[in-house]
Amino acid sequence: MTTRYWEEEIETLPRVGLESIQLLRLKRLVARVYEKVKPYREKMDAAGVKPEDINSLADLQKLPFTYKDDLRDNYPFGLFTVPLDEVVRVHASSGTTGKSTVVGYTEADIKLWSSVMARALCCAGAHSGDIVHNAYGYGLFTGGLGAHYGAERLGATVIPVSGGNTKRQINIMRDFGSTVLMSTPSYALNLADAMGEMEVDPQSLSLRVGIFGAEPWSENMREEVERKLNLKAVDIYGLSEIIGPGVSMECVASSGGMHIFEDHFLPEIIDPQTGEVLPPGEKGELVFTTLTKEAFPLIRYRTKDISRLMYETCACGRTLVRMEKVTGRTDDMLIIRGVNVFPSQVEHVLMGIDGVEPHYQIVVEREGNLDTMQVQVEVSENIFSDEIRVLENLANKIKADIKDYLGVTCSVKLVEPKTIQRSEGKAQRVFDRRKM
Amino acid sequence: MRVEQIAVFLENKSGRLAEITSIIAEEGVNIRALSVADTADFGILRLIVDNVDKAQNALKEKGFTVGKTNVLAVEVSDKVGGLAKVLRSIEGAGLNVEYMYAFVNKSGENAVLIFRFEDMDKAIDSLMAEGYTLLTGEQICSL
Ligand SMILES: [Zn+2]
Repeated sequence: MTTRYWEEEIETLPRVGLESIQLLRLKRLVARVYEKVKPYREKMDAAGVKPEDINSLADLQKLPFTYKDDLRDNYPFGLFTVPLDEVVRVHASSGTTGKSTVVGYTEADIKLWSSVMARALCCAGAHSGDIVHNAYGYGLFTGGLGAHYGAERLGATVIPVSGGNTKRQINIMRDFGSTVLMSTPSYALNLADAMGEMEVDPQSLSLRVGIFGAEPWSENMREEVERKLNLKAVDIYGLSEIIGPGVSMECVASSGGMHIFEDHFLPEIIDPQTGEVLPPGEKGELVFTTLTKEAFPLIRYRTKDISRLMYETCACGRTLVRMEKVTGRTDDMLIIRGVNVFPSQVEHVLMGIDGVEPHYQIVVEREGNLDTMQVQVEVSENIFSDEIRVLENLANKIKADIKDYLGVTCSVKLVEPKTIQRSEGKAQRVFDRRKM
Repeated sequence: MRVEQIAVFLENKSGRLAEITSIIAEEGVNIRALSVADTADFGILRLIVDNVDKAQNALKEKGFTVGKTNVLAVEVSDKVGGLAKVLRSIEGAGLNVEYMYAFVNKSGENAVLIFRFEDMDKAIDSLMAEGYTLLTGEQICSL
């Protein structure tokens, strides 16, 4: 199979060439934000660093980090580097806690975003002529429009179906012959469930590849989605602060990991506690600097996502570094009786138990001085039995496996289906009810 | 010989049982026998109805997890010692009972015992050999 590139020259550039482009762009960026954005200038002055101090990519480490709180403090437009009449679009996060974060795009930013999304679609093997079923939510959330513009740019036919109305989506998929599905992985499982209810055989559909992102998912979930929807599932990564979907993308040739479009988004991996940059290949918090964005550039933005960078060459021929699938969030990390627990680890255990679908949530409470963790798992038809003993054994097995894998004791509660909310945006898996 | 039973997963939330029986009633399906087995955390509702598929589909549509299993229905006279006699026969045949429940027919003359055995084939052979009457689904529904 030949690799499809969107911008072959840049995607296959030798490292040294790529780094010289990155440095050039970084210097230009730092000079611009220092001049135009007061909060950046103040932070750099406080750290005693001037734009002319940036002379190598390693000098990036001299610059202060940008945090989500900086975005909130400058709500809504305080970090924009251009006057509002040059901003053609804004998006915003849902802002479940406190103020939402607002991001802006110039016309050139929208073009940039469309082209990195077109690159991402090429990584998935999509091409003009494909029928892209875009079930990411349209609106303030970046998923829907980001994917939409990229697919149009690619020359594909976009069905802007957005989230919800699942049965209708399946009818559309069947009648229009959708070949590429873009959605959250949990919504893909919803679609599979609904196909079962409607007795629509996924084999009879034209779906070839699914581009799934916007929430964490495991390798086991990938296997489940691929099996149930009869397609190849690939992972896309992005966050609205950086640009939206299209920051990095898994290619169909890779054995895992997403190519970062690092000519635009410069990655670092740091120790979330100390802020030190970690050696290549080590796991830590992912930090991005946007090298080319105009309206809302970010310097050393702390994503809170846990990943690692892989510089090994990829079978697809792209030289762009790959990031490992995000395995957790620095702030999702639960400390239960002194043990670090990531929800993704719990998901891994659940998927390892035959038939357990990954519809679960974790409730953490404190009784007296003791943390308690309860894992609630939906009882699907696959695991249901009319015998109490069988269900009790299942609950005990989950409990024992979690203890084995994570080293922490939890209780397991079996719950009725659809008790746990399915998401079309991000799934809330963790309810931490401890009062600290 | 075997009778189809449906089983429904229940969290121990009050009102769920009433909800399930009314969903079934709305479908015009009659419940012939019903039993709830529960633990501190969850329960399993087991039902014998006169239209298994209809009840199963209606409950699934409302989002319940529903399973179908085969059970045996043994008719015994509802006199003192009737149950004890069957249980002795079962013990004597070395059959393992997963669970059982009972109901009395309308006339009140006979009791119907519903059994789930580990080895259903062996149970059928043993009970038939002992001369017990095993009811079919239709027979139960016409009682
Ligand atoms: Zn690749």
